[in-house]
Amino acid sequence: MDFDLTDDQRLLTDSVNRLLGDQYTFEKRKAFLKAPEGWSTALWAQYAELGLLGLPFAEEYGGFGGGAVDVMLLMQAFGRHLVLEPYLSTVVLGGTAIRLAGSAEQQSDILPGVAEGNTKLAFAHYERQSRYDISDVLTTATPNGSGYVLEGAKSVVLHGDSADKLIVSARTSGGRDDAGGITLFLVDGMADGVARRGYTLRDGSRAAEISLSGVKAELLGELDNGFPVIERVVEAGIAATSAEVIGTMETMQAMTLDYLKTRVQFGKPIGENQALQHRAAEMLVAMEQGRSMALLASMMVDEPDAAERERNISMAKVGVGQSGRFVSQNAVQLHGGIGMTEEYAVGHFFRRVMVIEHLFGDTAYHLDRLANQVS
Amino acid sequence: MDLRFTPEETAFREEVRAFIRDSLPADIRERMRLGYPAGKQDTVTWQRILNKKGWAALSWPKEWGGPGWTSIQKMIFLEENLGAPAPELSSFNITMLGPVLVQFGTEEQKKKYLPRAANIDDWWCQGFSEPGAGSDLASLRTKAEKVGDSYIVNGQKIWTSTAHNADWCFCLVRTNPAAAKRQEGISFLLIDMKTPGIEVRPIVSIDGSHHLNEVFFTDVKVPAENLVGEENKGWNVAKFLLGNERTGIARLGKSKERVRYAKEVAREVRMNGKPLIEDHTFRTRVAQLEVDMKALEITQLRVVSAYDKNKDGKPDPISSVLKIKGTELLQNSSELVMDVGGPQAMPVWQQELAEMTNEPEIGPAWAAQMAPAYLMLRAASIYGGTNEIQKNILNKAVLGL
Repeated sequence: MDFDLTDDQRLLTDSVNRLLGDQYTFEKRKAFLKAPEGWSTALWAQYAELGLLGLPFAEEYGGFGGGAVDVMLLMQAFGRHLVLEPYLSTVVLGGTAIRLAGSAEQQSDILPGVAEGNTKLAFAHYERQSRYDISDVLTTATPNGSGYVLEGAKSVVLHGDSADKLIVSARTSGGRDDAGGITLFLVDGMADGVARRGYTLRDGSRAAEISLSGVKAELLGELDNGFPVIERVVEAGIAATSAEVIGTMETMQAMTLDYLKTRVQFGKPIGENQALQHRAAEMLVAMEQGRSMALLASMMVDEPDAAERERNISMAKVGVGQSGRFVSQNAVQLHGGIGMTEEYAVGHFFRRVMVIEHLFGDTAYHLDRLANQVS
Repeated sequence: MDLRFTPEETAFREEVRAFIRDSLPADIRERMRLGYPAGKQDTVTWQRILNKKGWAALSWPKEWGGPGWTSIQKMIFLEENLGAPAPELSSFNITMLGPVLVQFGTEEQKKKYLPRAANIDDWWCQGFSEPGAGSDLASLRTKAEKVGDSYIVNGQKIWTSTAHNADWCFCLVRTNPAAAKRQEGISFLLIDMKTPGIEVRPIVSIDGSHHLNEVFFTDVKVPAENLVGEENKGWNVAKFLLGNERTGIARLGKSKERVRYAKEVAREVRMNGKPLIEDHTFRTRVAQLEVDMKALEITQLRVVSAYDKNKDGKPDPISSVLKIKGTELLQNSSELVMDVGGPQAMPVWQQELAEMTNEPEIGPAWAAQMAPAYLMLRAASIYGGTNEIQKNILNKAVLGL
């Protein structure tokens, strides 16, 4: 039992907080949103310089050799500032897929480029019909010479519009919903037959619809056995976004407390009203419970016992989803009208939490999974 | 950062679990499993077994019989004890009076009271609340006048749990009605319940049982040597008492044990033609409780492991989160248990009554205590500082509102 950070971890959070505090003000973020990429290429380069883009990779692949706690701390800091850069898609989702499924050669081909900031990845797995069911894959792959050819379409691919390499799941055997028979492939983002339609999600982050027509693909990992890797990638995504939600809640709480102390109505700060004070206390309770669950998710990402890992990560997704929803809804409520405006930051945090809840299985999906396991 | 227990902590848990398994009398365990509140006799029996082992005086120093455990070890013990399920240690004796005497008592007081409190040779009760002093405790009016080498106590306490069983009462009394601040005229007195002038009247609570009392004091003569700490400084003692020991405040082991019991019984009862345990609505409810308990478990670990690191004697206000969430879960789990029982949980059915009258039992034994336990636990968010007061504490001490 140990909740202390190492010196390295403290150093990491200090330097990230310094960078973001300076470079990621709400005003500057607005400018990043307007850039063609929808995020800051300059900051991406700075993340690379700080070693953040190789944080969880082995040193032999240009990484920092960090673990789940390091990623958690970083994602929490990203959440506090609503960072837009494709860290989740590239380092967490893409990076986890390459680390777990890639051959030594594939890892050394790709990971150093990611760490240096030259290669961006996207995890093109979910499809329009699949909703949260990770075994529902209709995209197909057929052998062709030494490689494979992909046909199908991927939906709401996070940062799929700008990724240099796509990690694509496709069916090599079995039918819809079969966990077996799914295989992972590496696809060049610019390959012939890849059509990408980029757009922003409700929180301003980027995603894409990707159609694949006769696309040449390279096998990543074992044939027909991509499913366990996909599960791990999704779990890594849950852990990382859970930490991100904690960061967003911290900022929303700080903004709300500040507002309660300064907004005057009926001749006194509205925070003197006990109804609002108690709501603030309930937000704190929810936030601490959520924080505990985000910790749990990160601690469980590398748990070797698959059943134990899945169960705990589902619990964390539910816990963080519920506390995130409670805190963000009440942050807007306690702000009143100003909380509803586009020009004010709190609604942007609200929307990030909303988007995250609907990634990788929402609260109801994971609660249902847990309910099925009750014994 | 590591959420896992160390091998030493895991070994400690095994040791505690094995001892409880081997030492807890089977009849006591069965009554606890069926949801009966721990009666005086069961509490005394079990605490004496623990005291003999050196495990009763949980957070007292070793010289006064404490086990010398870390906060994490205490937390593990409390969870195992509740999970067994075994009667809880007398909170009046162990978590309230003991640490107060260790901190504020004279050598004579410690010698006289501590060993007996650890062994429940004396059963203590708490005389704090009054009809006009609930959440606003500092407005208490029971007065104690110094006459010679005695205090003469007059007034009334209320909600005094187990006063009818008690040998002694630690009491907050007003010794200086003229003090500039209300908090400055209060003292902490130890009162022998056999003293003439004390009358205990029962209050039957909504569970149909007698746990609570009113206690009336009429010219009760208390030796001045029974004052704890300085005269008129009793508020500091009370604050210490209320904030001192919050490791077990969430009583999470109890909620976990109750959810396990609900699942166990849900295998036996049916819903729409199949075991209730297979009903998806029920399973979802259980899953939600298990998620909330898991979150609280980790929150508790975070708070408790910080206890040992910053020992400035001050309570961590974040422990109010544990009280709020912990009591909500206690209530929710008791609700779940009752709902599993359904109509079988509704009859008033008292085992003692059945034995006395030779009448056949009404309903199964597993359902008999489901409703009373649920009803009594409505008090969990009221006692020990209502959950609304806990939110006030969070606002003042953490949020700065």
